[in-house]
Amino acid sequence: MEEEIVIHAEELTKTFGTFTAVDHISFDVRRGEVFGFLGANGAGKTTAMRMLCGLSRPTSGIGTVAGYDIVRQAEKIKRNIGYMSQKFSLYEDLRVWENIRLYAGIYGMHDREIAEKTDALLERLHFTRERNTMVSQLPLGWKQKLAFSVSIFHDPAIVFLDEPTGGVDPYTRRQFWEMIYEAADRGITVFVTTHYMDEAEYCDRVSIMVDGRIEVLDTPGNLKERFGARSMDEVFHSLARKATRSE
Amino acid sequence: MAAVTVENITKRYGDTVALDGVSFEVEPGELFGIIGPDGAGKTSLFRIIATLILADSGTATVLGFDVVKDYKELRKRIGYMPGRFSLYQDMTVEENLAFFASVFGTTIEANYHLVEGIYKFLEPFKKRRAGKLSGGMKQKLALCCALIHKPDILYLDEPTTGVDPVSRKEFWEMLKQLQQEGITIIVSTPYMDEANLCDRIALIQEGRFMQIDTPQRIRSGYSALLWVVRTNRMHSLLNDVRAFPGVDYGYAFGETHHFVAGEGFDPEGLKRYLRDLGHGDIVLYPGEATIEDCYMLLAKQ
Repeated sequence: MEEEIVIHAEELTKTFGTFTAVDHISFDVRRGEVFGFLGANGAGKTTAMRMLCGLSRPTSGIGTVAGYDIVRQAEKIKRNIGYMSQKFSLYEDLRVWENIRLYAGIYGMHDREIAEKTDALLERLHFTRERNTMVSQLPLGWKQKLAFSVSIFHDPAIVFLDEPTGGVDPYTRRQFWEMIYEAADRGITVFVTTHYMDEAEYCDRVSIMVDGRIEVLDTPGNLKERFGARSMDEVFHSLARKATRSE
Repeated sequence: MAAVTVENITKRYGDTVALDGVSFEVEPGELFGIIGPDGAGKTSLFRIIATLILADSGTATVLGFDVVKDYKELRKRIGYMPGRFSLYQDMTVEENLAFFASVFGTTIEANYHLVEGIYKFLEPFKKRRAGKLSGGMKQKLALCCALIHKPDILYLDEPTTGVDPVSRKEFWEMLKQLQQEGITIIVSTPYMDEANLCDRIALIQEGRFMQIDTPQRIRSGYSALLWVVRTNRMHSLLNDVRAFPGVDYGYAFGETHHFVAGEGFDPEGLKRYLRDLGHGDIVLYPGEATIEDCYMLLAKQ
């Protein structure tokens, strides 16, 4: 299988004054991979993710995302990625179709394409009856599914998911991961952060950040073997306990 | 006498039923967990037993006081840490704590021993504004502020949401210590693994308590046939298993998949079927239910 690299980070660093939030991280993510980006609160995940999304300039180091340079071509990156977080995703006081239309418009899709894909999406999600429902009226689990679908509506090369399943019930959390797999099978690369360690097991590979550095990066299976751990939870605990800083 | 007695509490917001006939008791000194996702009604329940909103129907008594009639007496005895950060962002760490102490007619000095173990992490930052603290530090300060008036009962609404596994563990260790000092604690969480750290738990869904018991008894009372399966092709395995006769439903569970089977399920047949579909390294065995499995089974029923 050809291994196309869609995220490349080389010695990527970000400092704020004397504080080094992200400390020379290097890694590659392949096309269609589900990549888990783990670490304790304050380990530097959000800062790293913001750099990869073209939202924050690195202090030093190189990064390319979907073939574009994160410093010189930040605007191109924004067009070619999707983003969803638990904290910010949809507009509560817009209807379901209005949210889809808004995001698709922002990503430069044409009206006809938006209309066609909206119908197909609502059907696939069994949301046809909810087309005109205010997002604020939807159950949380539905919102998350819709938010994820909206984040990949423009067929981005990569989707960044920042704690997408926080607070969701166990069923919806799993349905959400099945949607992630489907997206990955369609060739969309998934870059995801989570505090649920069982979800770390669902990733093809995971990295764990400690104090701004990527401490380990491997498949869940290899990590467990290396640490003699039964679960990713144990791996995480043995690594994160070494951390000297919190947020 | 129970520390908390809730009988048939109902709460609606327009057409939405937040709480639908909830009843339970909490014993003095107990660590009682309310486990369920966002939107299940946990916060409404806390606000009712904290005397902050009124139920539409039903009664609640806390420490022998009625939450409606005796709310003034009761408020002095409750410590409440709401889910959202509730401190004054523009005041320093020290000012927040002093403020909450003074509201309850006490001082930091008088009850310092209660918060000492937690406050020592905050001491180096006591001149920092609360709004500038990290998430973990805010959480610790909010807990100190909820404790500074020496409450007899502590309510914690999702104290660990969005917190990494290591910090969550530390937080639970703090709770265990507080419990040893005799404080009754009611805590809510969407993390099912935290259920095992409670003396008793209630599993809540859509405004209803599906089950109340010790975590051990809830797990051992699991009423379905649970199986665990793993192969070298996890992505396709789930749908393959679901298509096999006798399998009711299946879901991912960490490095394995779990599924519930009906009567007449044939494990050897499943292995053959998976082998024919090209799966290798097949591992299949009857599983022991976790709280999360129990929650999903109850939610299905």
